Amino acid sequence: MATAYFLSHCAITLAAFLLLSFRSVAASQIEVCTSRFWFNYRHVANTLSVYRSVKRLGIPDSHIVLMLADDMACNPRNPKPATVFSHKNMELNVYGDDVEVDYRSYEVTVENFLRVLTGRIPPSTPRSKRLLSDDRSNILIYMTGHGGNGFLKFQDSEEITNIELADAFEQMWQKRRYNELLFIIDTCQGASMYERFYSPNIMALASSQVGEDSLSHQPDPAIGVHLMDRYTFYVLEFLEEINPASQTNMNDLFQVCPKNLCVSTPGHRTDLFQRNPKNVLITDFFGSVRKVEITTETISLRQDSEITESSYKEDQMDEELMEPLKYVEQLPVAQIIHQKPKLKDWHPPGGFILGLWALIIMVFFKTYGIKHMKFIF
Amino acid sequence: MAAAGAVATDIEVVRGKRAALFFAAVAIVLGLPLWWKTTETYRAPLPYSQISGLNALQLRLKVPVTVVFTRDSVPLDDQGKLPFTVVHEREIPLKYKMKIKCRFQKNYRRALDHEEEALSLGNVQEAEAVLAQPEKQVEGSLTVYVISEHSSLLPQDMMSYIGPERTAVVRGIMHREAFNIIGRRIIQVAQAMSLTEDVLAAALADHLREDKWSSDKRRPLKSSLGYEITFSLLNPDPKSHDVHWDIEGAVQRYVQPFLNALSAAGNFSVDSQVYNVDPKAYNASERPVRVEVDMVRVMEVFLAQLRLLFGIAYPQVPPKCLLSGPKSEGLMTWELDRLLWARSVENLATATTTLTSLAQLLGKISNIVIKDDVASEVYRAVAAVQKAAEELASGHLSSAFAASQEAVTSSERAFFDPSLLHLLYFPDDQKFAIYIPLFLPMAVPILLSLVKIFLETRKSWKKPEKID
Repeated sequence: MATAYFLSHCAITLAAFLLLSFRSVAASQIEVCTSRFWFNYRHVANTLSVYRSVKRLGIPDSHIVLMLADDMACNPRNPKPATVFSHKNMELNVYGDDVEVDYRSYEVTVENFLRVLTGRIPPSTPRSKRLLSDDRSNILIYMTGHGGNGFLKFQDSEEITNIELADAFEQMWQKRRYNELLFIIDTCQGASMYERFYSPNIMALASSQVGEDSLSHQPDPAIGVHLMDRYTFYVLEFLEEINPASQTNMNDLFQVCPKNLCVSTPGHRTDLFQRNPKNVLITDFFGSVRKVEITTETISLRQDSEITESSYKEDQMDEELMEPLKYVEQLPVAQIIHQKPKLKDWHPPGGFILGLWALIIMVFFKTYGIKHMKFIF
Repeated sequence: MAAAGAVATDIEVVRGKRAALFFAAVAIVLGLPLWWKTTETYRAPLPYSQISGLNALQLRLKVPVTVVFTRDSVPLDDQGKLPFTVVHEREIPLKYKMKIKCRFQKNYRRALDHEEEALSLGNVQEAEAVLAQPEKQVEGSLTVYVISEHSSLLPQDMMSYIGPERTAVVRGIMHREAFNIIGRRIIQVAQAMSLTEDVLAAALADHLREDKWSSDKRRPLKSSLGYEITFSLLNPDPKSHDVHWDIEGAVQRYVQPFLNALSAAGNFSVDSQVYNVDPKAYNASERPVRVEVDMVRVMEVFLAQLRLLFGIAYPQVPPKCLLSGPKSEGLMTWELDRLLWARSVENLATATTTLTSLAQLLGKISNIVIKDDVASEVYRAVAAVQKAAEELASGHLSSAFAASQEAVTSSERAFFDPSLLHLLYFPDDQKFAIYIPLFLPMAVPILLSLVKIFLETRKSWKKPEKID
């Protein structure tokens, strides 16, 4: 028999949480892959790996703008459809089943990218395609693709120059659309892209200096293309060790991928940043900390909606870290990328190989005669 | 024959020279300006001087206070001086570029007969019930009644009382300096009901240069045109609990009156949702227990939190002041006024910052286009800011708030108009690459012929000297 009873204690616990997410130092992300075509598989894999890392660290899709210039997962040349792998032997599928791509295919243009940054978007644009940030937001911008000295190629047909990017950041700064900005770029001559920044509170990292090429990491013979770029590969390894409560700071991120691993020399720029990088936590940009405040004030209401007396009590402010939202258990990447490749069992050659060799030997002996057998044995 | 030929070629040469000069003239006088005009970024004229003037704007927030003196509240000769007006102006010390002055204009007058009657009733709630006429009170204004020192309207130890509508009661005094002393009490009460420094500091928190990392001040929601409130019910175990809540009824009974009282501050929309976490199909043999949520207790907390979110904090009541019980909506009328003051100032600050940033950007980045409709939005925003400042100075709170909202809307619309991003950047070498194939083939012959003409003319000037 179902009885109705007042779970009043439960109600108050439910009601007492005031989720002040607008007050937190919330992080927003923009991840852009600018390359089209199957052989640029690694750029899409780069972007998706960074996307997975930041989602694992607690940033929701509503705060991420993901731009992929081409569809690798459903590309007709993909031998494993609906997957994008970032490690060889197809160990880690970074595409998964909860990827939310905001700008896809031909929507990834310089104009759309600049519109997202500056907020000058046509009014009909849905919320998921906007960068909803304010002066309390820390923004991470990750870009990858083919680049040169002072430009980054979009879709093989247009470019964004470092001056445009710097001007876009200045427009964001003027309207206080960010509190602090971290810019990571993994392209050839990536350092040229952050040379022209002039707005405050920007920190930049690049995979290679001017005049150097960023190299790719490992090809996968089954898929037939290179799966990741070196710099992003080692950044991903670094991020796998981070959890939402980590105290790792930016100086550690600067050390990722030294020259002996990366071949190119990664660079960074911190002169526009106000805080000392060693005091900046990785989770300031890659994770999301929401402040929750518990209040004890109530207004007395009578059942017939008349307030009899007010009780303004002293309110104590507690700040708790909310339990970070977790997604479904993922592959333990840190274990996988460090394990040795599995030894395959030996099987005897199949019928086709046997038949082929029999044919070859038969033709040989037919041509040269059986008496030559003694030269073989 | 040779001479005729020479003359003919002379004429040809002269004609050729004239033609070359004409070409050059057309190219320079007509062509260059035409090319310059057609390739410049279109910028409709903007009121730059007015925008920079906005930064130095002086905001004067006027609070009109009507002070009503009953018969035995002040000495007789002081009573004879009524009615008159006293102005108390104070600058708010904030590190903000706009100077803000608070001006309490106190109009002193004698009490009318029906007011005397009402103020001699038993207790202050009864008096208020007779006196208060909410529809006649202008937003932002206050009325303070001064009763006699020994009146029993208030409890004996209380010197003043703040009512739920825009009224207050203050004890008078029989003293030589009666007006000064009472004036100070009135200012204290009026400040608690309208403007204090911390109210404005919280409103301008974004714009003040302070150390953000150390300040843990609670900040209310930013000023906005509308708000969407969502009530969510989380059911962590739908298998064993079948939770019901009468959210519609609760919203209608408790939340809607509160939001109606706040309706001047923005539009509100309310919706609700239920989250069943871990939704597994439940075993039909074990029916889940029905849970009915007590909406009254829930709404008590939510309304208190809504007040915090809107920045309606517990006011700093002066000592020995009795604060009336809250109204059924959960919001006193003067609390709404305080909110509107703060929001107006915040809106003006935001609009000014936006307009100034736009002007600065236009100076820094040369390829931003300003179309005519964007320019008209900017003009509208500037006019709205100036109107809001005027209305604030004359004490019309509701029209000032409306003007400030319009200023913010127009300035944001101008700044974020998609057309501003019309042109992309072309580096210098790309510009050369485009223009050289077009202009060089045309310019080289003209220049060379000009040079040749010039050299020949100089030679012909020198020649007569040589002969002579």
